[in-house]
Amino acid sequence: MSQLTTNYLTPTGREEAWRFTPLKKLSGIHDLEVSVADNISLFAKSDLPKGVSLTTPNTSDHPPAYAASDIVTNRVRKEAKKTTLITIADNTEIAEPIFLKRKCGPTAEVSRAVIQVGVNSRATVVIENNGAGKLGEEIEISLAAGSSLNFITLQEWDLNSVHLAQHHAIIGKDAQFNSYVVSIGGSTVRISPTVEYTGMGASAEMYGVYFATDEQHLEHRIHVNHSVPNTKSRVNYKGALAGKGAHTVWIGDVYINKGAEGTDTYELNRNLLLTDGARADSVPNLEIETGEIVGAGHASTTGRFDDEQLFYLQSRGIPADIARRLVIRGFFAEIISKLKSEEIEERLMNRIESELSRVGE
Amino acid sequence: MSVLEIKNLQVSVITEAGNKEILRGVDLTIKSGETHAIMGPNGSGKSTLAYSIAGHPKYLITGGSVTLDGNDVLEMSVDERAKAGLFLAMQYPVEVPGVSVSNFLRTAVTAIRGEAPKVRTWVGEVKEAMASLNIDTAFSERNVNEGFSGGEKKRHEILQMELLRPKIAILDETDSGLDVDALRIVSEGVNRVKANSDLGVMLITHYTRILRYIKPDFVHVFANGKIVEEGGPELADKLEEQGYAAYITA
Ligand SMILES: Nc1ncnc2c1ncn2[C@@H]1O[C@H](COP(=O)(O)OP(=O)(O)OP(=O)(O)O)[C@@H](O)[C@H]1O
Ligand SMILES: [Mg+2]
Repeated sequence: MSQLTTNYLTPTGREEAWRFTPLKKLSGIHDLEVSVADNISLFAKSDLPKGVSLTTPNTSDHPPAYAASDIVTNRVRKEAKKTTLITIADNTEIAEPIFLKRKCGPTAEVSRAVIQVGVNSRATVVIENNGAGKLGEEIEISLAAGSSLNFITLQEWDLNSVHLAQHHAIIGKDAQFNSYVVSIGGSTVRISPTVEYTGMGASAEMYGVYFATDEQHLEHRIHVNHSVPNTKSRVNYKGALAGKGAHTVWIGDVYINKGAEGTDTYELNRNLLLTDGARADSVPNLEIETGEIVGAGHASTTGRFDDEQLFYLQSRGIPADIARRLVIRGFFAEIISKLKSEEIEERLMNRIESELSRVGE
Repeated sequence: MSVLEIKNLQVSVITEAGNKEILRGVDLTIKSGETHAIMGPNGSGKSTLAYSIAGHPKYLITGGSVTLDGNDVLEMSVDERAKAGLFLAMQYPVEVPGVSVSNFLRTAVTAIRGEAPKVRTWVGEVKEAMASLNIDTAFSERNVNEGFSGGEKKRHEILQMELLRPKIAILDETDSGLDVDALRIVSEGVNRVKANSDLGVMLITHYTRILRYIKPDFVHVFANGKIVEEGGPELADKLEEQGYAAYITA
């Protein structure tokens, strides 16, 4: 965008884009003075189905398809010599999810990936980010006309991991992009899911779930750019926080440009504070430059855990810890159930519950 | 045979402006099989009594005692009270988003009975209980009380009572907001549980209507934080005619 002056300099924390992020905890991923390793860290978890390929060509052969404003994204582009390229051929329907796993090295590193979904194809890609890692990454996703992609990233990192990422989707005519960002692990996680539209009838649904405990910083910066007519976006992020120093940030920037008549957008962020000492920042931002739209709205709420619900459940004999879990599960269910995978759902809820039981220790 | 004994119970409500005294020495004993109607003006403290027995955290017990079969209820956590056999049908049942009725019922019954109900018999048990209370089975998949009408919430409270099989149930204005048919259906539900399990009932109400279906053994007049008169069913008729004026002396 327009802030070139700061974009390619190490952020100081005074920049609007960095004012919430604890720079000291980033292991230098953002700091041009600190060197970063260039590793391939993304791998297919099992054999890829027919029509899907994963290769690692030179980044110079797959240059960025959009201009990035994020310092880390630009750094990744500069440092990553190889790009992990995942392609889904035209007219291909992959029923089973394609699972990708992450394996990071011991020091700060970068990763660049490009996912290309062919014309009229449908697929689900799941990236499991777990273990230890200090990762700066960019994932560029392009959806050709009439295609559909469920893109799921699970941040189930170990306690001390750091992850800064941009997921940028370029959505073609009548294509459907569904993004699910789940962030539970890691000491500092900052994900920027951003989308742009290149054809009419393109649509994005962006869902997120995050759960922050003691001293954890989880930040999600959504950016939706409606620039062509008749496109749609739905954003719904839900977060829960527990413990001292737990901090979440949700930024929801939606732009409806002059030419984007017929835009239909709604964004929502809800935060649930389970204990004192946690902080949820939520900043929805909607800018509209044309009056000819179908609908545009946003909502943001941050509330405390409802003791009345807890009392009601307990008064039916349900012990406090199980009651609390039921309510938290219920809070997240709306989104997690959309993943349509009982296995992932169970795993995430178990992780959330084990994080919860550790709070304040 | 169970006995709930409330002796000289004094309770304040905890508010931001400080604690406010509500119950000023309540004495009441309820035994298995007995039905005690509690009637009294708005704001006299009836719900406070009900919530205090159930253990709601916004009330502070400042004096007196509550025991169930000799065990100190006030020492128990909220869920322990339910496990001990107390049940409160609330005046304003709480919505719990994201928690389905079926999950909620199964979790509650598992906690109270100490083991998960057998899948086979459980499904039938719930269906039958729902049918007898005229609750559509579609409610199983809805979230607890979310979007339920006033009357649906009340029926759902009695459904829980049927499945949890308490020893003593406190029904706080369960009849308010029920249409004529629902009142009969809910009353039949209460009478069914009474017949099957010798339930003791504290029935808080403003209307004699429900007392035509659920016959009280005792009627207590509640005013200004305590019981001010006691009698048989005839006392309810007298209240309906004369109101509470005689009991409200500032
Ligand atoms: N948070 C609070 N702050 C101040 N007063 C309170 C608070 N909570 C309850 N009270 C007061 O306690 C009193 C008793 O309330 P309670 O709900 O027990 O009455 P009730 O007899 O059940 O009335 P009703 O017949 O209307 O249901 C009322 O005067 C009420 O305003
Ligand atoms: Mg009341």
